Parts: sequence; C-alpha cells; structure tokens
Amino acid sequence: MKQQILVSGIGGQGVLFLTKVIAQMAVNHGLPVLTSEDHGMAQRGGTVLSTLKVGDFAAPLIRTGQADVALILWDDNLAAHCSLLKEGGALFVNSDKAGEGDRIDGSKIAREMGNSVLSNLILLGRAVRKKALFCSEEECVVAIRQLAPAKFLEQNIQAFTTGLNL
Amino acid sequence: MNKELMMGNDAIGRGLIEAGCQVAAAYPGTPSTEILQSVINRKDQAVSPLHLEWSVNEKIAFEVALAASYTGKRSVAVMKQVGLNVAADPFMRTAYLGVKGGMLTVVADDPGPHSSQNEQDTRLFCLQGRVPVLDPASPEQAKAMIKPAYQLSEKYEMNIVLRPTTRVCHSRQSVELKEPVQLDRSSAFKPDTGRWCATPAFLPALHRTLNEKLEKVAKEPEWQPKKKEGNNSQPRIALVASGIAYANLVDLLDELGLSNTIDLYQVLMPYPLSPDFIANLKENYDRLLILEETYPVIELQLGHPGAVGKQSGAVPKEGELSPDILYRTLATFLELDPPADLPAKGRGQRPSLCPGCPHRAAFYSIKKCFPEGIFPSDIGCYTLGMNLDAVHTVHCMGACISQGAGFHQAYKQDGGKIPTVVVTIGDSTFFHAGIPALINAVLQDARIIVVILDNSTTAMTGGQPVPTMGFTAGGRKSKIVAIEPLVKASGVEFIESCDPYNHMRFEELLKKADAHTRSEEGGVAVLISRHGCLMTPAVRKAQDAPPVIITDQCLGCGLCVDTFECPALSMDKENEVAVVDPDRCHGCGTCIQVCPAQAIVEEENK
Repeated sequence: MKQQILVSGIGGQGVLFLTKVIAQMAVNHGLPVLTSEDHGMAQRGGTVLSTLKVGDFAAPLIRTGQADVALILWDDNLAAHCSLLKEGGALFVNSDKAGEGDRIDGSKIAREMGNSVLSNLILLGRAVRKKALFCSEEECVVAIRQLAPAKFLEQNIQAFTTGLNL
Repeated sequence: MNKELMMGNDAIGRGLIEAGCQVAAAYPGTPSTEILQSVINRKDQAVSPLHLEWSVNEKIAFEVALAASYTGKRSVAVMKQVGLNVAADPFMRTAYLGVKGGMLTVVADDPGPHSSQNEQDTRLFCLQGRVPVLDPASPEQAKAMIKPAYQLSEKYEMNIVLRPTTRVCHSRQSVELKEPVQLDRSSAFKPDTGRWCATPAFLPALHRTLNEKLEKVAKEPEWQPKKKEGNNSQPRIALVASGIAYANLVDLLDELGLSNTIDLYQVLMPYPLSPDFIANLKENYDRLLILEETYPVIELQLGHPGAVGKQSGAVPKEGELSPDILYRTLATFLELDPPADLPAKGRGQRPSLCPGCPHRAAFYSIKKCFPEGIFPSDIGCYTLGMNLDAVHTVHCMGACISQGAGFHQAYKQDGGKIPTVVVTIGDSTFFHAGIPALINAVLQDARIIVVILDNSTTAMTGGQPVPTMGFTAGGRKSKIVAIEPLVKASGVEFIESCDPYNHMRFEELLKKADAHTRSEEGGVAVLISRHGCLMTPAVRKAQDAPPVIITDQCLGCGLCVDTFECPALSMDKENEVAVVDPDRCHGCGTCIQVCPAQAIVEEENK
C-alpha cells in the first residue's frame, strides 16, 4: 500500500493536528509514514502545506501530479497546491463556495459546534466516508483519541463523526 | 521494538538524551527550535543530570556547551543556520583548541528559505572552519547519527556539527527508541594554558594537529559514503547525494522505475570528504551528478572532471532541490524525456500579524504619527509590520538599532530636516543583540526612537521564555532581568512604557519621544510597547471577548482592511462594506479606534 496525501490550509486551522492524526493512523496500521510540515513564519495566518507519504518511501515531499488525496481547508490555496494532485485524485475542499472537488462548508458546521478549527476533522470524516483514505472510520477514532487533548476529545470525535455522516 | 512517531527535531532531542548529553543550550530559531524543546519535554527520560537552557543568544549557548565539554561531559549547542553566524567567533577557535567530553553543534539549515533571512549552507561554513559535519537524510538517520557523532567527537577531541535541514527537522517518522547510556561522569576540568588559553605562539601547532586529525576523520570507516549498487546498465555513471536531496532522489528513482540501475552514493559526512571516495569516483566513473543543498560543498571537494552539480550549473544554484527540480535535473543528466512544464502556481495567503496582535496596534500608531518616517525593524513575528508599511528594513538579530543609528548619521550630515527614525525590536531580540547597539546609539548621539515590542515571550518560535519572565527552560524558576533598568544603564534618558492597545496614549508618547530626539539636550528615546502575545493561552483567556461588529455606518473605505491589516477583517466587495470573520476575531477592539466612521463596535454596543 502506498498513498500520498496533502493537507493544505492557513496557520491556525489545525493543519498540523490533522497531519498528525493521519500519520498516527498509518503507524497504528503498521505502515511506514513520512510527513513534511510548515512551521515558522507561515504559521502566522499564511498558507501552510503538509504532505504525507504512507508506505515504502524515503522522503516526505510530494512531486507535482503524484498526490492521491488532497484535503484543502482553505479554498484559496487550491491554486497553489492542486497541481500536486494526480489526475483523478480525490479532492476534498472546505468551502462555502461552489467549485471543483467534493465540497463541504466545514467551517460553518464547526462554528455551530462551537469552534471553527474543528473543520479539519469534519473534512477528514468526509474523506473517510468517501473511502479516499487508506484507513477506516474506527482507526480514525483511535488516532484522534490518542492525540486530542482530553478537554477537546469528545468535541473532536463529534466533529469527525459529523463529517462522516454528511 | 519500541518505536514512536516523532518530528525530526524531536528525534534529535531524544537522540541527545540517549547519548548521555548533560548540558544542552540553545537559542530558538526556525527550523531548529523543537530540538531543545524536545530535550526539555523528555528530561525525565535522561539517566544523568541534565542542564538545559534557552541562552540569551547562540554565541552564549555555544560557549556554555563548550566549557561543559572541557569538564569531560557531553554537551550540545543548538541553533539555526544564521545563529551560527552569531556563534562564529567561538565556533572557529574551537576547531583549533578542540573539546574534551563529546560536543555537538546542531545547526539546522533552511534551504528555500522558508523562515530565514538567507539560505546559507552550514556545511560550507564547516569547510571554512575546519569542523566535521554530518548531513542526515531523515529523522531516523539524524537520531542514529548522534551517538556515533559523540564517539567521533571524543576520539579526536573535536566539535562535530550535525546539520539537519528544514525537511528533516519538520518531517515526522516512526523512530526507534533506545536506552539512554549511563556515563556517570563527574566534572574534571584540567587547566592547560597552552591549549585553553592558546596564544598565537601555540596556534601553529594546534592548527597542524587539527589538519592531521581531519585527515584521519575523513577516513573513519563509519562515516564513509554509503553505496547502493546499480545493475551496470548505466556503466561509468553515478549519482552522489546528501541530506534530504538523497531521500528525494531515492523516491524519484523508484517512481521512474530506475532504482538499482545506477550506482548511487549517499554522503554522510560532506566535510571532510573521504579521500578514498574521491579517488574511487575519479577512477570508476566518467560522469557524476552531485545533488546537495544548498551550496556545492561535495562538488568542490571532489574536483572530478565529469562531475556536474551546483558549481557547474547543472543543478539550480539557489532554492530547495524539490522533487520537481530534481526530476528535471536527473532527466537532463540521464537524457530521459524531459518532464512536462510545471503548471503555473497561484500564490497562497501571505502571513500576517495575528488578529489581536499588540504589534499591529503599535505599528499602526507609528505609521500614523510619522508618515514620512524611516522604520528599521528586526527578526520576529513583527517583521510582518511590513504589511502595514511600518517596517522598512529587516536584516539580522539586533540590526535595527544600529541601522537606525546609521540612518540618522547619514541624514544628519546633509543638514535640513532629519526624518524621524523609529526602530522596532522584540523583547527577545533586544536581549539577544540589541543592548550593545543601544549603548552605541547613545554614545554616538543617534537621535532615534527605539520601540521595544515587549510581548513577554519569544513569539515567532512558539513562545520560549524571555529574561523578564522569572522562569527559564522547562519552567525552572529564575531571577528576573527587566528591560527598563538595562535601558537606563545604557544611558537612555527617555524611557516610557505603554499598552499599544491604547492608541491615544501610545501616539502621545511617540510624539513626546520624537520631541526628545529633536531637542538640544535630548538623545535616544525608548518606548516600551507592552502587551502580552495573544498566542500565550493565559493572555488570550484573560482578554477573551466576542467578535466586534460592523454597523451600517461603514463607509466601505477599507482602512481597517488595507491600512490596519487585521486578517479578521475583509471587504465584502459586492456590498462595499467591511466584514468580520467571527472565526478569527478575538474581540480585542483595537480596530474600533481606527475606523473613521465609528462603524466598528463591541457586541454589546450594537
């Protein structure tokens, strides 16, 4: 099994947390994984990109046209990052506008749940429901339980489940 | 096997603990910051006593670690690539004098660069400094290098540099945990004036010893380049790579179905490069492609007539060797079909000061008070004051005060009206390198306003403690070193402080400061802009408020969006009014004072 995944958003949207959850699932699944993350200046509200390569890889960066799955939390990033996605790759976008890919207004749903940052796990739920990722629903819940701070755990699970049932 | 998913920097931190490091000192800087943070977080995993510190700057971190090594203990200094410039003085001399207990300097490079003022190559710095340097290709390899690096350091009594790059530091991988070694060392410093105080009389001999050691280090079996043999379908051709470029190359060859068709070498120690390796390449290959970041360090040492790389121009001389660039380079070298042109990429969102950031309020007032002013600034989040046109220069840690003084001296000679010079420097940067510059400005009578942006943290790198906090790495209690007495002792006579959220008071003080710099008896004026960083949870919680509201009085002038530049505000172009993003607004209310139409209000005043 090999899968290349990108997670794109802006600083503060929980891109890193979503990256960690997916990477943890790979580890739990017994698959090697490499991630690359943006830290530093870009985290101040700028565009951030994480890439994940699950399976037998040596490096974490994704070449143009090689990603199997893209999770886009910030619609405006599409122009910057969609070229990484392969033809026919699975594209999920958090947006309140119409456009390409499978789109849900995760931020709105998350805001109704009390915290807009939860859109990251809502989008993950959506991608799992559409069977785009290497992992199952149960594996996601296990990984979220491992990584979420106790205080936000139930809310995180709820966000994921909401995305799953959209 | 006990494995843990960890970031490259965390793997390095754990590796330091496993190798029995007892003194670790660092100054934070992307991409290196999480290394010391990891050692702090994992302190309980250490089996020997462990001193940790966020030093005031990199030079100090290096010297603290150095002396600890003189006692026979293992130590480390950690910094980013430009931090090594600050630590260059002790670093260069250490090569001659050597160390006792194992000493590593972990210097994280930032090809790209992603979060730095240049993309200098520490490996080249090491070539100049005559210091062995290791170039890991993954978090796992970075960690695996640490223990043998300490052994190498102790065998030759040399400082050894580990040089991860951003893509190793900020990569995550499952890494095997090993038992920390129990070294049971007690401090035993032996004075040796001919060495530790080496005057010029001793230095030629020390230099000779250094060169002899380097020849031996270059031949150490453990650090020879690793070969992946090809199937001889491409005879007398080889690929040579180091660091993350090697890892990217492995994936690319796999993608292209070329794995195991060409001889491939990974260089683990780019300097000193193995003479046997150099001879082997000369003898066995006609053509070589050298892939390394960021400067042609291996290529220069090889001196191979058929080698192409950054020096020859076959590989781009600047920027990261991304998988796409690697593909293009490899295709040319192997005469493959060239890859399709890359699709034009849109630009992403630029970073900006956070909603509620006190720096934004300060910058807005500075620009408003002195529209014709000159604004040198410095390294930190507040570099983003450039989005408000309140930052005109950004150079290196502490430079803003000296640059401000330089601007003043240059304009003063011309006679006529001297522009107001307002420099902005963060609290951590002020302690790091601002103090000597401030003393100099006072001595040279540079009439500048120094605004110290005191948010009580090292914000850009994730909130490391500053000397004013009363605690240091890992929450250990410390004495408080306050800013005001330091400023006063530097000879500054105008010192004021103010919360920049209070625009009116802050602007009043700016004007007072300007008058001081222009009065006959005046001098340097220091204004401390004091408000906690909104990324600090306690600060955020204490001022938690509902988002502001924009009433129908909004004229659509766009001042709050364009000039104040709060990312929580944007223009609804259709209706020509400003709108608030409730997900991002912290309700700080600093924009309320900015709106000329009083259209921004707190929730309860709707």
